[in-house]
Amino acid sequence: MKSWLHRADVKASPYLYISPFYLLFGLLGAFPLVYTAWVSLHDWSLLEDEHPFVGLANYKALFADSLFWNALGNTASIWVISTVPQLLFAILLAHILNNRLRGQTLWRTGLLLPNVTSVVAVAIIFGQLFGRDYGMINWVLGQFGIGHIDWQAGTATSHIAISAMIIWRWTGYNALIYLAAMQAVPDSLHEAAILDGATSMQRLWRITIPSIRPTIIFTVIVSTIGGLQVFAEPLLFGGGGLTGGSDGQFQTLALYLYQAGFGRFDFGYASATAWLMFLVIVLAAMLNFLLTRRIRRA
Amino acid sequence: MRNLHKIGAAALSVALLAGVAACGDDKGGSGSGGKVKLVVATFGEFGYKDLYAEYMKAHPDIEITERVTKAEDHHKNLAAHLATGQGAADIEAIEEGWIGQFKATPDKFVNLTDLGANDLKAQWPDWKWQTSVGKNGAQIGFGTDVGGLAMCYRTDLFAKAGLPTDREQVSALWKDWDGYITAGKKYAAAKLPNSAFMDGPTVMYRSVLGQFDQGLYDNQDNVIVETNPSVRAAFDKTVEAINAGLSAKIAAWSADWNAGFQKGRFATIACPSWMMAYIQEQAKDAAGKWDIAKIPGGGGNWGGSFLTLPKQGKHQKEAYELAKWLTSPEQQAKVFRKAGNFPSTVTLYQDPVITDFKNPFFNNAPVGKIFSESITTMKAQYLGPKAGDINTAIQNGLTRVEQGKQTPDAAWKQALEEIKKIV
Repeated sequence: MKSWLHRADVKASPYLYISPFYLLFGLLGAFPLVYTAWVSLHDWSLLEDEHPFVGLANYKALFADSLFWNALGNTASIWVISTVPQLLFAILLAHILNNRLRGQTLWRTGLLLPNVTSVVAVAIIFGQLFGRDYGMINWVLGQFGIGHIDWQAGTATSHIAISAMIIWRWTGYNALIYLAAMQAVPDSLHEAAILDGATSMQRLWRITIPSIRPTIIFTVIVSTIGGLQVFAEPLLFGGGGLTGGSDGQFQTLALYLYQAGFGRFDFGYASATAWLMFLVIVLAAMLNFLLTRRIRRA
Repeated sequence: MRNLHKIGAAALSVALLAGVAACGDDKGGSGSGGKVKLVVATFGEFGYKDLYAEYMKAHPDIEITERVTKAEDHHKNLAAHLATGQGAADIEAIEEGWIGQFKATPDKFVNLTDLGANDLKAQWPDWKWQTSVGKNGAQIGFGTDVGGLAMCYRTDLFAKAGLPTDREQVSALWKDWDGYITAGKKYAAAKLPNSAFMDGPTVMYRSVLGQFDQGLYDNQDNVIVETNPSVRAAFDKTVEAINAGLSAKIAAWSADWNAGFQKGRFATIACPSWMMAYIQEQAKDAAGKWDIAKIPGGGGNWGGSFLTLPKQGKHQKEAYELAKWLTSPEQQAKVFRKAGNFPSTVTLYQDPVITDFKNPFFNNAPVGKIFSESITTMKAQYLGPKAGDINTAIQNGLTRVEQGKQTPDAAWKQALEEIKKIV
């Protein structure tokens, strides 16, 4: 009897312990996912009672919608402009902080401050910094004789402004992750390199980065997922407008989805967009995985 | 109570994405002590606080709870509550820009004429009454306030540019929008540093459009943007002003716009009554510099709200009585004196309470008289369900012209294509 209980305990208990996560995930993650797929097959207006089944019509319309492709392009562009510098800065920052500094804890906590600031506050402040007439950035540029830039009007300029917000918020967070990984790199390697006369940058390139490669892969994947979901920054940068500028020049996929769902209450179309967005993210994650596997082997 | 409370609203809409499913708000069930609990959901400033207390005093069996949200979120929440059949308040305010969308599903609301609203019909201007009548002829809301139209202008800048400053003379400058553009050219010729004649395309376009008999929709909910010459005329007139160099090229409701009121980046802006409160808030130090003249082309309206009763409410009779009381002429006059929301009741437009009211911030302009005239001489326009999105598409087109991205024809063509997708 006792041994039977013991065996059951050993076998079943671990599942029991992890079950809360899966139950919650099923309720809050999997169910909405499946339900969204169901909604996406209907002409589903939030305000109507009738939701006729339309099959794949929403998807067909989406593929033919130039605004969808525009949003996808903007999302990709903002993702590249924000992620690449962000991760480079993060590695550099982590490398500097990995040296012995006075007030280490202070510097390290400071890194996380932009990340705990509300995204809304960040977006509003940066929106003012990038203001055309009274923005501080244009004022500084003016001091150097460079004319006023209408940040919102241009495609490239608006992407840069939005990326600046993302870089500001996430650089410190990634730097901390890198720092943690860097501390696991054996000191003896660095000491040997120093004895051989290696500079700080050489040690970063030759020792640190190869050693923390798995962590870099992790941050790339996480920022890809985050980058494809950028929403609050373009929304607030455009003063709350859902179109992302006069020509949709900075409308991201998430903003496009929001416009369909909560601007036009067209939940069918918004759900179809959500699913395509999901597929794009899966695709990007897979691409990441393949690329990074190669890098790991190299 | 103004058209779209964009900046702050966006902040909360972020939270909304996650929060929609979770807002099962308290419903007005019968409370303790046999009192009937009524929930009134509004946005912005309706000026109702004192009125609630007064009403509860006169009706000891009623308990009123208010729920105030930012305009954008208020309407999105309402849509979600109507869709799920629960969570709506007993009385829900709806702004003019959204009423088209909501009256497209009149069966979600109590038909006020079933409860005797026809007896009150004469209280409102006919167009205000018609604005909230649904497809099936059901009246879904009582009008609270209206926008009206006037033209706000900076006397100090006008003086510098050699234009008259007296509001009668200024009104005489622009009998119509051509006159407005002519005055603007004179202003532009004076070349005041960092100051343009008007803010940007949105407010002018909306005001010109608001003065035609028909706008974006015909009375059968068909979008007629392409065939109705009035829409193109409003678009072209605004382009004319842009091309004449009158625009400061500032997007409405942006940070630069807010700063522009204070710094005199633009000398005129078309003013619905709610815009007065907005200017006072943004340009606190500019008191006395702003004044108000008549709008080119006479009357017109932009904005205003309604009180509706969602059908899911448990106490429709009591809610009806309260909504009726809140929108009655006496209460609307009180609200006007306190919060400045311009009343929507016909009788008040001759009442000294309104007509004698002067606004000290705007050089003691007789705003009561100006807006009363604007309302009584205006022509009403039918507002369809997607009016807001359609206007955004056209306004974006104007902005593209202003930013030098497109010719007016190309911008118009693209706007029409976008509108086809919206509808």
